[in-house]
Amino acid sequence: MNKGVLLLEDGTRFEGELFGHPGPAFGEIVFNTSMSGYEEILTDPSYRRQVVVFTNPQMGNYGITLEDGESRRPWVEGVIVREQSPSPSNWRSRLSLRKYLEEHRVAGLAEVDTRALVRHIRDHGAQRCAIGPAGQDLMEALKAQPSMVGLGLAEEVTCEQPWRMGKGPHRVAVLDLGVKMGILKELASRDLELEIYPAGTKAEAILSTRPHGLVLSNGPGDPSALTHIIPEVKKLVESGLPTLAICLGHQLTALSLGARTFKLKFGHRGGNHPVSCSHTGKVEISSHNHGFAVDPDSLPPELEATHTDLYDGCLEGFRHRTLPVQCVQYHPESSPGPRDSLYLFDWLKEQLHAQTH
Amino acid sequence: MPKRTDIHKILLIGSGPITIGQACEFDYSGTQAARALKALGYSVVLVNSNPASIMTDPTLADATYIEPLTPEIVEAILRKERPDALLPTLGGQTSLNLALALHEKGVLEELSVELLGANVEAIRKAEDRGLFRECLKKVGVEAPRSFYLDNLDQLEQARNEIGVPCILRPAYTLGGGGASLVTQPEEFEPFVRNAVRASPMGEVLIEQSLLGWKEYELEVMRDKADNAVIVCSIENLDPMGVHTGDSITVAPVQTLTDREYQVMRRAAVDVIREVGVETGGCNIQFGVDPSRGQMVCIEANPRVSRSSALASKATGFPIAKIAAQLAVGLTLPEITNDITGCTPASYEPSLDYVVVKIPRFAFEKFPGAVKRLGPSMKSVGETMAIGRTFLEALQKGYRSLEQGYDGLDDRHRGEYDGSEEKLTIPTPERLFFVKYALQDGMSVQKASELSGIDPWFVNQLHRLAHPPEDPMQRQRMGLEPTAKVNYLAVDTCAGEFPARTPYFYSSAESSGDWTPLEGRKVVILSSGPNRIGQGVEFDCMCVQAAQALRARGLEAILVNSNPETVSTDYDISSRLYFEPITRDSVASILEREQPEGVILQLGGQTPLKLSHHLKAPILGTQPEAIDATESRERFAQLAEELGLNIAPGGIARNIAEARVVARELGYPVLLRPSYVLSGSAMRVLLDDADLERWYPWAEKAAEGHEVLLDKFLEDALEVDVDALADGTDVRLIGVMEHVEEAGIHSGDSACSIPPRALSALQIAQIEEDLRTLARKLGIVGLMNAQYGVRGSRLYLLEVNPRASRTVPYLCKAFGIDFVALAVDLMLGRKLSDLPPWDLNLPYFAFKEVVLPWKRLEGMDPLLGPEMKSTGEVMGIDTEPGGAYLKALLASGHRVKLGGRAFISVRDEDKRAVVPLGKRLVKLGFTLLATDGTADVLRKSGLEVEVIGKLGEPDHAIARMTRGEISLVLNTPSGAERKRDAADIRMAAVACEVPLVTTLEGAQNVVEAFERYARGPLEVRSLQEWHRMRTPVAV
Ligand SMILES: Nc1ncnc2c1ncn2[C@@H]1O[C@H](COP(=O)(O)OP(=O)(O)O)[C@@H](O)[C@H]1O
Ligand SMILES: Nc1ncnc2c1ncn2[C@@H]1O[C@H](COP(=O)(O)OP(=O)(O)O)[C@@H](O)[C@H]1O
Ligand SMILES: [Mg+2]
Ligand SMILES: [Mg+2]
Repeated sequence: MNKGVLLLEDGTRFEGELFGHPGPAFGEIVFNTSMSGYEEILTDPSYRRQVVVFTNPQMGNYGITLEDGESRRPWVEGVIVREQSPSPSNWRSRLSLRKYLEEHRVAGLAEVDTRALVRHIRDHGAQRCAIGPAGQDLMEALKAQPSMVGLGLAEEVTCEQPWRMGKGPHRVAVLDLGVKMGILKELASRDLELEIYPAGTKAEAILSTRPHGLVLSNGPGDPSALTHIIPEVKKLVESGLPTLAICLGHQLTALSLGARTFKLKFGHRGGNHPVSCSHTGKVEISSHNHGFAVDPDSLPPELEATHTDLYDGCLEGFRHRTLPVQCVQYHPESSPGPRDSLYLFDWLKEQLHAQTH
Repeated sequence: MPKRTDIHKILLIGSGPITIGQACEFDYSGTQAARALKALGYSVVLVNSNPASIMTDPTLADATYIEPLTPEIVEAILRKERPDALLPTLGGQTSLNLALALHEKGVLEELSVELLGANVEAIRKAEDRGLFRECLKKVGVEAPRSFYLDNLDQLEQARNEIGVPCILRPAYTLGGGGASLVTQPEEFEPFVRNAVRASPMGEVLIEQSLLGWKEYELEVMRDKADNAVIVCSIENLDPMGVHTGDSITVAPVQTLTDREYQVMRRAAVDVIREVGVETGGCNIQFGVDPSRGQMVCIEANPRVSRSSALASKATGFPIAKIAAQLAVGLTLPEITNDITGCTPASYEPSLDYVVVKIPRFAFEKFPGAVKRLGPSMKSVGETMAIGRTFLEALQKGYRSLEQGYDGLDDRHRGEYDGSEEKLTIPTPERLFFVKYALQDGMSVQKASELSGIDPWFVNQLHRLAHPPEDPMQRQRMGLEPTAKVNYLAVDTCAGEFPARTPYFYSSAESSGDWTPLEGRKVVILSSGPNRIGQGVEFDCMCVQAAQALRARGLEAILVNSNPETVSTDYDISSRLYFEPITRDSVASILEREQPEGVILQLGGQTPLKLSHHLKAPILGTQPEAIDATESRERFAQLAEELGLNIAPGGIARNIAEARVVARELGYPVLLRPSYVLSGSAMRVLLDDADLERWYPWAEKAAEGHEVLLDKFLEDALEVDVDALADGTDVRLIGVMEHVEEAGIHSGDSACSIPPRALSALQIAQIEEDLRTLARKLGIVGLMNAQYGVRGSRLYLLEVNPRASRTVPYLCKAFGIDFVALAVDLMLGRKLSDLPPWDLNLPYFAFKEVVLPWKRLEGMDPLLGPEMKSTGEVMGIDTEPGGAYLKALLASGHRVKLGGRAFISVRDEDKRAVVPLGKRLVKLGFTLLATDGTADVLRKSGLEVEVIGKLGEPDHAIARMTRGEISLVLNTPSGAERKRDAADIRMAAVACEVPLVTTLEGAQNVVEAFERYARGPLEVRSLQEWHRMRTPVAV
């Protein structure tokens, strides 16, 4: 057994057993309260430069399917669990969590008192951390790591080349800020032809292909640091094309139209937050993954709040009063999480239909 | 949407007595609902026949009816109370079926009573297996291949379409009643016929067998605005084929990927919507093919269920309370999550722990019953354990069962013979055998294939089979019960928000959420999983005590491991520990809490067993008194010393001594092991052969303590007495005369108050006896005694220095919270400080019991000194016949006049049976009797038909099967062991013919029948009855 340690920026240490890659690994420590869906979480590009603590104590039970990933590789820097399952069981399982992390050189620390760790993060906020072998002094290296605030990461995870997916009468341009496969699959399953563009693509280049609609994807990092992308987003949004923006896309849209974003103490990550929607009057149990949020008081008059988190009042969605633009902070594609919010993809489809008829 | 203001008065229907398949989970749900509705300002009318419940505490509702749960009686209540609405979804299947029956009779419409929670159409769609399948089809959810049979002519067609193996499921039953598995072609026809009989509608679903598939359950909440949340997901460790109530289950789901889980979640919500359950909690079950992942929906219950109780306790989400709030129009986002205090109820709890539920069986009580689990439920209780990992929870769960297990230990090693059957046949011990098989080198894969248990779980068991050396690892796997633990909060949100409600479980985790509780603290130890002899009544008293303590400004801390109970609701106590009631677990809690006292005397035998090991002051009666009475030997000495009259007896430490004692006393003698509850392993011995056969059994049950042999008192009246004591003085709170003679366990006997047969002198004598005892032993709080009475002579049979199961019944009958008074005494007050009461009531209250014969095939349904009943009911009326009639109706007897009464009594009873025969004839019965009995009856001028001998076409059993007999009176003698008498009784049970096995019982039954003949019963609320009690001048 390899003894390992998790060191937090504030000096707190948690001991455990290393599995996967022994590290050292660095990132921002965050926790996720989903009870299933670790494969999706590990491969979600929004977790770039983060170390994820799973509150669910039994991890790896069904192994890795290699089918349910949100991208082709894990993006997290490290994984912290109470107990990892030595031998998975599921008819779709292809390999164990441990093996998968080893193969992709992702650090893992098991046998950790994750509840104490979560309590610490809840009370003291997300912060930089390091995972490494027990004896190693990691503080200096940790301090050399950048903080999440001010860190633009979309370009580290975006696609290199534009690419296409799906078929259908309507073409939708997707600005890939770290897009999850789940979003693309939901769109494609609605008979949409997708053109996926790297994060740095200029608005003109996209608009010149005359897409019928736009999707601004999720992604990692501090939205306000993406100063070169924000003006492009403004042009895209104001093009008048039906637009659905999710997560980082939602934050960039808000910023581009004059609103502010801020960092949450420890963010929302999980699959059980209730979000109330002013369109439907209903509560959706939703999938979340965000460390930043849009300040609802800063919304310019042309934007109207549509979705609110009932846990903490956090702004979870808004729309444009005159343009067909809907933005949500949470993840309507879920993956992982409850599939209560798929109507947003239907909304986009309806808008596209309305525009062309 | 705010709460509805167009309704004011709501009727809540409870679920009646505890039976296999319907236990105290509905006390939990009814209690939560009543409190929630009251808090919203509604007037609540409540009906339940079960006095051993918190929900029937008369302070909870505006009008509380302890009346039989029959359509006629509930109709009478509706006519009297005229409520605006009826909430039928919190009282189990009983309540739902009653609501349907009242709807069908047109009563609801006539009285404009609205059904809340689920409308008739939704109930039908969910309960009628055929309609349910149509719902599934509409929303694109698969169902198992099936055939709906509503006519026996379709038998052949069904056989062809579905084939064998298949599963038969009667419509409109609960707890899998009547469900059966057909594995052999020749079983098909008889099994289908049985199933048709078991369904109240005579309809049966014949279904493709999904044996070996994975089984899952989801608990859904939905509100009027169509918000729906899944409160909890549950995975069955035992694969399909074992009823979920009998399966070990785990929450949350462990072996599904998110994708599969979300498909199931969506399906659940879609199905509930399609079924049309507007508001409240629902339970929905799925099967998943482990090899390909195909998912089918098995059933949905449009009501709060046993699993809802489990889900509530597992997550901290109070399903029943919220279901009640939703039923009157509130929506989920409008309701606050009590646990966090800052978030709404429209969320899905996230668990950062693992919950394991383990059923508790009672096969040891029913030696003849088939010990094999199947689609029909057989367990009598359950325990739940919370741990940070599956193994920690599993190990704790086995400890919580209170069957002496130290986790999944080596107790059953000797029974494991290496045969594959031990793994393939589902039994209560199967998990042990899987572990032994792994220990003996079987591969995980093989063990999983044989047992059908998912490899993930088998792998975990493999770790137990080959435990590590490392002490830390061992602790986390739950292998070290004495390890130092921390207390973690059940907070609904996996630590994302700070929890406000102190609901704790222990774990070998390095840190916890525990903070000190200020104030004067008292710990109450409750009674653990339900079992025969120790059920909801003890939980009821613990709840009463918690309420009393809190009303007196103290903090009440509860410890219990039974998820079905009210005591494990987080808002009953100041602090709840969901923990086993074992030595180590309780010691650790006491060490943390340092309470000023512990209350042991209300939780039955469970806490008493710990009395010597607690490092905290015990409130009330001290352990020494417990020893003096529990040890049958010391008790005999004590009685002699105090000059109390007991039945002659002697002590044996081995069989040789037993032979000597028995011969000295003369048969019949009674075998009584010490330190057991509810007469475990007690037996009446008629001769030496009996002694040879049963002594070893009793010796084992006594677990090293001595065994007592008593002269068996024949034809004695038994009296159960409860009293309050303050160390020097005693006051009786109830003198209950049994309907059955001594020799039938007091827990199985019907009984009544106020006393009718005992003289004032005898009652005074009893009180004096108890005073002498209480003084000698320093009894403070509740105590109980049983007497055998022959003529004017009283024989003290036993004394229990603790609260007995009859106390809740007395509380309900009197309208006095005797438990609160006991708490006062335990806190140091004197009896003279308490208000007085009169033992004489101006009405009669009968208690009757419910027996599990129908569930446990292969049993001779005969009562004896070992308790076998699972639950009880109460009937109150101005005359004894009426009260007993109500009790009979409430306990499920079908009362019918004018059929054939079959009488067969032992010689001693022959003379006394004549007047009974005459009264039966007067009631319009035709008499059937066996030779000897017929002779006696004829001689006194009665017309009797002699029944054919066994094997002849007009034999009793054949005629019962044909529905020709409507009452059986059979008192067994030495013939107790004769098979044909036993067969007759079994047939009576199977055919639901009222069966009386004692003459005393028969007297009362005839009296009740006579009352029945005189016209409809009157209903009255407890509050009304209690106002009739004569006030006693202080
Ligand atoms: N088609 C089937 N094949 C095998 N087992 C089944 C099948 N359907 C149900 N069962 C088993 O029977 C049990 C009882 O069935 P269920 O429909 O849930 O009845 P109840 O109303 O008593 O809960 C289930 O828990 C499951 O284990
Ligand atoms: N000497 C006796 N003669 C006849 N019946 C007896 C005698 N002693 C006990 N019984 C019967 O056995 C039952 C159980 O005995 P008891 O000592 O009360 O055991 P428990 O501790 O289980 O309540 C009693 O309720 C009574 O009916
Ligand atoms: Mg079921
Ligand atoms: Mg007794």
